Order: sequence, then C-alpha cells, then structure tokens
Amino acid sequence: MTTSESHRETTHPTQGKYVAIALVLAAITIVEVAIVYLQFLAGVLVPTLMVLSVVKFALVAMFFMHLKFDHRLFSTMFVVGVLLATGILIALLALFRVIFSG
Amino acid sequence: MSHMQETEHSSLLDTTTGLDNRKMFMWVFLASECLFFGALISTYLIYRGKSLVGPYPHEVFNIPYTSISAFVLLMSSLTMVLALGALRRGDHRGLRIWLLATALLGCVFLGGQVFEFTVFYREGVSLSTNLFGTSFFVLTGFHGAHVTVGVIILLSFWVMSMRGLVSQQQSLNVELAGLYWHFVDVVWIVIFTVIYLFEAPNIVS
Repeated sequence: MTTSESHRETTHPTQGKYVAIALVLAAITIVEVAIVYLQFLAGVLVPTLMVLSVVKFALVAMFFMHLKFDHRLFSTMFVVGVLLATGILIALLALFRVIFSG
Repeated sequence: MSHMQETEHSSLLDTTTGLDNRKMFMWVFLASECLFFGALISTYLIYRGKSLVGPYPHEVFNIPYTSISAFVLLMSSLTMVLALGALRRGDHRGLRIWLLATALLGCVFLGGQVFEFTVFYREGVSLSTNLFGTSFFVLTGFHGAHVTVGVIILLSFWVMSMRGLVSQQQSLNVELAGLYWHFVDVVWIVIFTVIYLFEAPNIVS
C-alpha cells in the first residue's frame, strides 16, 4: 500500500495561476468597497455584495483549498456543511422575522 | 516541470473510503465550523438594528480600514498556498519564507483587530453595552481566536522546518494546516460583507 494522499490523480495550478486568482480576489474586494459608496447602486447593493462574496468564497475554496482538484467526497463534505449553515441562517432569520416578514 | 505542475499518486489508501482519514477529518471539522460561524452570523443578523442604546454599528465602523484587514487576510491565503507548493517541490527555503509570510500577515490582521476593538471600546462599545456590542465581539472575537490558533500552527511548522522536521513526503500535514487557514479566510470574506459592508451608508439609509 502506498502513502499517497489522494484518491485520484490531481493537477494543481501553477504559482502564476495562484497569483492571478489572488489578484482577482483583491480586485473583487476593491469593487465591493467601491460600490458601497455609489448612491445609484443603493437599490441593488445587498444582492450585488452577496454575489461578489459568494464568488470570492468559491474561488478560495476551489483553488486555494484545492476542492476543484481533490476527490469529490471532500467537496461533498464541505458543501453539505455550507448548505446546512446557510439553511439554518435562513430559517433563523425567517423565524425571527428578519426576512419573509410579510 | 515547465508549468510547475504537481501530480499526486493515484493509488488508493487502505481506508474505507480509499482517502486519507486525516484529510477527511479536516473537511468534516471545517463543515462543522461552518455551522458554528453560521450560528454566530445568524445571531448578529437577528439582533441587527435592535440595540436600544448606542453606539450603533454605522457610528463606529471604519470600512476602508477593515477593507485593508480583509485584503491582508486574502493575501495570506496566497502565501499559504505558495508555502505548500514550495514543500511539494522540495523547496524547504521557499516553504519557510512563505510560512513566515503567512504567519506575519496573520499577525498584522490580528493587530488590526486588536486596534479596532480598542477604538470601539474607547467609543463606548463593549461586550455588554448593547446587542450590537455583544453579537459583534462574540462573532469577530471567535474569528480572531481561530486566526490566533492558525498563526500558532503556522509558526510551529516554521520552527519544525527550521529544525528539518518537515519533509516533502509529509506535505499533507502542511496541507491540513493550509485548509484550516483558508477556511479562516473564507469566514472573514462572509463576515466582511455581512457585518461591515451591509452597514455602509447607502444600505443603512
């Protein structure tokens, strides 16, 4: 039995690609901070910020945490945790009438 | 290698899943941490805007300052992944440099958080001032505690590497530390948006 660390063959990004991803993350952060000061975007600010946040979260999880290249069971474990946490958050906010208050 | 790509072996391990149990444990642990921080973020949002006395979030938050902290933590994820890449190439000097850089960036983030907490306290926000103070300090305090644990783990690996105790074959240990560190980063991505940016003037008004 070998001491291999992964179930399937994986190819990791190059250092250049990691730097490129970090630059994208930095750019998204700058956009996030910039748009909160733009008055004409006030109506769509919350959904826009949430989408940008999800994109950053996904980039880190997929590339820096290697979920894109690792075994799917690891992704499943993590995604189940994230979905459960999101579900609980939505349920609690609804229960306390923070959202869906009619 | 022209593209510096690394290829892991594809053989199965002698476990039920064929995967390394330590890595599986780490992912299950991180999934449980999602629930932990999910509960704290939920609590903050439930009590958002329900404080009976000030100071209120928009009176004390400094978004440009926190943005720099968020940027620092994001860049520490880059240095962490570069540290792991260096170890997988057998570049121990690179490993030590990037590990130390990651730990230092973590310390800068923590220093920024301590400074922010101090400023808030001087402006009248404490753990018991109002619902905002309680939910904010508990959430960001627990995150800071996680960052502190991460810094200690990274510095431990740095010291072990200096003593020649971290080998290329044991890269999984550093990878697990990296997973924890990246998780701390993604949690801050959410906190930064939901706690800080949602208090921006355009949203508050």
